[in-house]
Amino acid sequence: MLFDIFKQALTQISLNITFNPISLETILNIKRVSKQYENAGSSLTVLHDINFSVPKGAVISVTGPSGSGKTTLLGLCAGLDRASSGSVELNQVVLDQLSEDQRAVVRNKYVGFIFQNFQLLPTLTALENIMVPLELRGEKNIRPRAMELLDKVGLTDRANHYPVQLSGGEQQRISLARAFSNTPAILFADEPTGNLDGETSEKVIRLLFDLNKEAGTTLVIVTHDLELASRTDRIIRLKNGVIIADEQKAYV
Amino acid sequence: MSEPKPVFNTQVPVSWLFRMAWRDSRKNRSRLFLFTSSIILGIAALVAVYSFSDNLQRDIDDQAKVLTGADLIIDGRKAISEPVINMLNTLGDQRAKEQSFASMIYFIRGQGSRLVQIKALEGKYPFYGEIETTPAAAVKQLAQGRNALVDKTVMLQFNAKPGDSIQLGKLNFAIAGYLDQAPGQNGIIATFSPVVYINLKYLPETGLAQFGSRIHYSYYYKFNQASTIPALLKKIQPVLEKEGLDHETVASKKQNTARSFRDLSRFLSLAGFVALLLGCIGVGSAIHVYIHEKLAAIATLRCMGLSAWDAFFIYLIQLTFIGLAGAITGAALGTVLQFLLPYALKDFLPVDFSMQISWTAIFQGVITGVVIAVLFALPSLLSVRKVSPLNAIRLSFEQAKTKTDPAKIIVYLLIFLFILGFAYLQMSSWLQAVIFSMGLLTTILIFYGLSFLLLKLVRKALPTGIAYVWRQGFSNLYRPGNLTLMLIVAIGLSTTLIATLYFVQGILLNKVTLSSGKTQANMVLFDIQSDQAKGVNTLAKQYHLPLMNQVPVVTMRLEEINGKTAAQLVVADSLNKTKVAGQENERRESSSSIFKREIQATYQSKLTDAEEITSGKWTGRVSPEKEPVYISLDERYAERLGVNVGDSILFNVQGMMLKTVIGSLRKIDWVRMQTNFRIVFPAGVLEEAPQFHVLMTRVPDENISAEFQRAVLKKFPNVSVVDLDLVLKVLDTLLGKISSVIRFMASFSIITGWIVLISAVRSSKNQRLREIVLLRTIGAREKQILAITAIEYLFLGLMAAAAGMVIALAGSWALAVYSFETSFSPQLLPVLLLFTLVTLIVVITGMLSSRGVLRSPPLEVLRKDS
Repeated sequence: MLFDIFKQALTQISLNITFNPISLETILNIKRVSKQYENAGSSLTVLHDINFSVPKGAVISVTGPSGSGKTTLLGLCAGLDRASSGSVELNQVVLDQLSEDQRAVVRNKYVGFIFQNFQLLPTLTALENIMVPLELRGEKNIRPRAMELLDKVGLTDRANHYPVQLSGGEQQRISLARAFSNTPAILFADEPTGNLDGETSEKVIRLLFDLNKEAGTTLVIVTHDLELASRTDRIIRLKNGVIIADEQKAYV
Repeated sequence: MSEPKPVFNTQVPVSWLFRMAWRDSRKNRSRLFLFTSSIILGIAALVAVYSFSDNLQRDIDDQAKVLTGADLIIDGRKAISEPVINMLNTLGDQRAKEQSFASMIYFIRGQGSRLVQIKALEGKYPFYGEIETTPAAAVKQLAQGRNALVDKTVMLQFNAKPGDSIQLGKLNFAIAGYLDQAPGQNGIIATFSPVVYINLKYLPETGLAQFGSRIHYSYYYKFNQASTIPALLKKIQPVLEKEGLDHETVASKKQNTARSFRDLSRFLSLAGFVALLLGCIGVGSAIHVYIHEKLAAIATLRCMGLSAWDAFFIYLIQLTFIGLAGAITGAALGTVLQFLLPYALKDFLPVDFSMQISWTAIFQGVITGVVIAVLFALPSLLSVRKVSPLNAIRLSFEQAKTKTDPAKIIVYLLIFLFILGFAYLQMSSWLQAVIFSMGLLTTILIFYGLSFLLLKLVRKALPTGIAYVWRQGFSNLYRPGNLTLMLIVAIGLSTTLIATLYFVQGILLNKVTLSSGKTQANMVLFDIQSDQAKGVNTLAKQYHLPLMNQVPVVTMRLEEINGKTAAQLVVADSLNKTKVAGQENERRESSSSIFKREIQATYQSKLTDAEEITSGKWTGRVSPEKEPVYISLDERYAERLGVNVGDSILFNVQGMMLKTVIGSLRKIDWVRMQTNFRIVFPAGVLEEAPQFHVLMTRVPDENISAEFQRAVLKKFPNVSVVDLDLVLKVLDTLLGKISSVIRFMASFSIITGWIVLISAVRSSKNQRLREIVLLRTIGAREKQILAITAIEYLFLGLMAAAAGMVIALAGSWALAVYSFETSFSPQLLPVLLLFTLVTLIVVITGMLSSRGVLRSPPLEVLRKDS
């Protein structure tokens, strides 16, 4: 009972979200975005007046030294956090005024994540980890699709293993399968190879690009690995919270 | 341009929340169960007590007739007038009567004497149940001649056998058998006043029933139609009242018995509840750590689009089920434990106890367990809603300081209301419930405050130059998210319970032994008739015994206070006190019982050493014709009566109305072993009233005591002798029995405290692992790591024991000074012993619980941790 009432209330809130279909080609639109952290009276500006937009299907990277604001920017783009000023538009949804739970719905519908430390749920098996985003959507007949993804990342035999029983590379591959499971419109990868050795990194990256190409997903990679960044179509360079360069690859 | 997609129709099915809760618990189940194990004992205690109460209530209902042995009992403490006796002899379909009084019996073969309760019986009482004897046929011999049934403990004491003779007054009786159980008597009463049955028709010949003897007259009736009793009582009530007679029916006995045991059940269930609360604090804290470890997983789920409330529900479901598992385990354990409870209480029980599984009790226990586990987990659970998805991408994301969650305040309020409600259910008085809840809250707050102070103090006092392992061990107490304060409270509270119990027992025993010191009286002779007083004194002198305190005792009742009778005062009371409902009840009860009770007063011309006038003026002598008679009251008794100097009191001195005025109030040192009186008359008025005298003396050893008792009994058979050493022994046994019951209940809290410790150590396991791995990595040796861990628990144990001891000492001191009105000087050795023991247990438990962590190689740990 309580659950149902609660759900209804949530749905009601959710329905109030506004759409702003300016350009169908743009999946991510960042306008004059700033982020400040207030701490004990003093405020720290982490991002300052950031502007860029990402067209559908693009593969871009955000680079910069530690503390340049990369992760903060990723958090804002993905709707994990709210900007102090400016506007974030994700797949035609303006995130600025949405509540945390409304943004959660947006994330579930459109966004996939790959984390530096994999963030697999330790109490779930590999297969269950892949199934979670689909389950969250309340979709039916999930298992075959999850198995299919597991097959794509080459870990069918690990379906019933728990994360602790997997190596780092295997964990990140499961995490890739999970990220693609809800066929997201946009995929955010936060230092996807940060915790992996060179050889494993290469395998994971290749798998990421392959899966991405196949699904036609927009991919935003945050990394300080310039080699990895160079393999994307466009590199946005951050320093001290401002964009110092936005380079398109010559052939694009 | 395509249609805007229907984005926000996502609804996580409730079944998925359950599935997720199940999956998420998979790797933590044993740990989660450890959390709830701290409530298992609390629930077990509650269920045991509830089952016990249920069974007892049923047994009392079933056996009420056996308790009274008759349909109606009419009794009084003074000789009944002829016309009323005639009326009493016509009531009911079957009748029996009994006169009972305290008297000495003398075992002729064993040459021993002892004060017993003589019950001289005529008729076939009890009509329900029976007087249990060995041999069983002995009870029949009672009606057939000069036979006696003697309480089995007394028989054993003097090594007497059926067939031996006892002397009672001027008459000898043959012992027909051991008296195993008199109707309605429980073990404790039997220890205090062992019973001897004789036939009523021989009573006059013993010469013990004389003018001034304190005899209790009882009339027992059996009615073929018990339904006629209420109407009959209504009719004869005025006569009974006028004659000073009370009555008891099966129904009233049932009520009274149930009432007195309800108090016991209340006490027991509150003791169980304290254990449960202690466990709940443990659960709450452990869940706090658990949720803290779940942050990353929750953040990841939030990234994937789980709503805040859904995340909350996943853990709520999980915790509810774990709580349910704990509660069911506790209920099962409690159902087993209830078989122990009557064993601990058997000497206090009035009925044959029969055991049954009480499903109501189990249900109550399970519900209480789940509700309380969830309530105490809620503050931590609610913070699940506040977990930001940013935690998934930032390792140490600091949550922006938000305002206090209003939901949390509501939960804390609910917790308090639950405790209040529970207390109210047990005590059925809001005032008491509030006092209990506030008291509990205050105790816990004091504990928190004290623990906090201690931690600070130790931190300050710790020398800066101290070895590294000591510094590290101590600072481990400040590990983020550590349960140090909570642990100090839980262990400290357990320590307080044991220590207070020990201290109070010491205070009580000390109080009694204090009064039986070398120079104090150790023998009391009473029921000395006025004409025997001189003779008894001479006899005592012959045995070189000191006459330490010799006073006359006159029995009387209160008739009126300031011209108002009991009934009028009750009305006045209720009018005055309608404001406080709980107190009003108490007050009414006490004022009516004060009027009912028999008062033993004395008269004297001088104050004794133990008395001190606190207000008014002491009058030592009045002449009988000169009014008014100025009396002196014990100040506390005056307070209970609600009277002061100048108020007038009308006494009924065994039929004679005596008007008095309160002339003074006295403070009495009750600790002194001498006869002290609440009401003291001046000399000159009561000399001719029916009275007896009391003499106190001191006998140097057992042999002289026995010889003197024999001599007294021979010459003055009606005089009763109480050997205070024997009383002390009985009191000691009684205290032992009471404290074993309290210890039984306290043990729940103590073991709970211990489990909380284990569960807390276990819940910080991951943190410890990381620390130890780090220490190993930078080159700490196994020995050093062990030392650091041991030192951490040493500090924890020391502080918990210290906090517990301080509060126990303070509480016991307050009890000693304000409640028992005696001085408090705890012995140092047991205090130190307990202190050391608690600390040791903490260190050992801590070390054993972290064994796994201490032993595992760093690499394995690192891998597990990732």
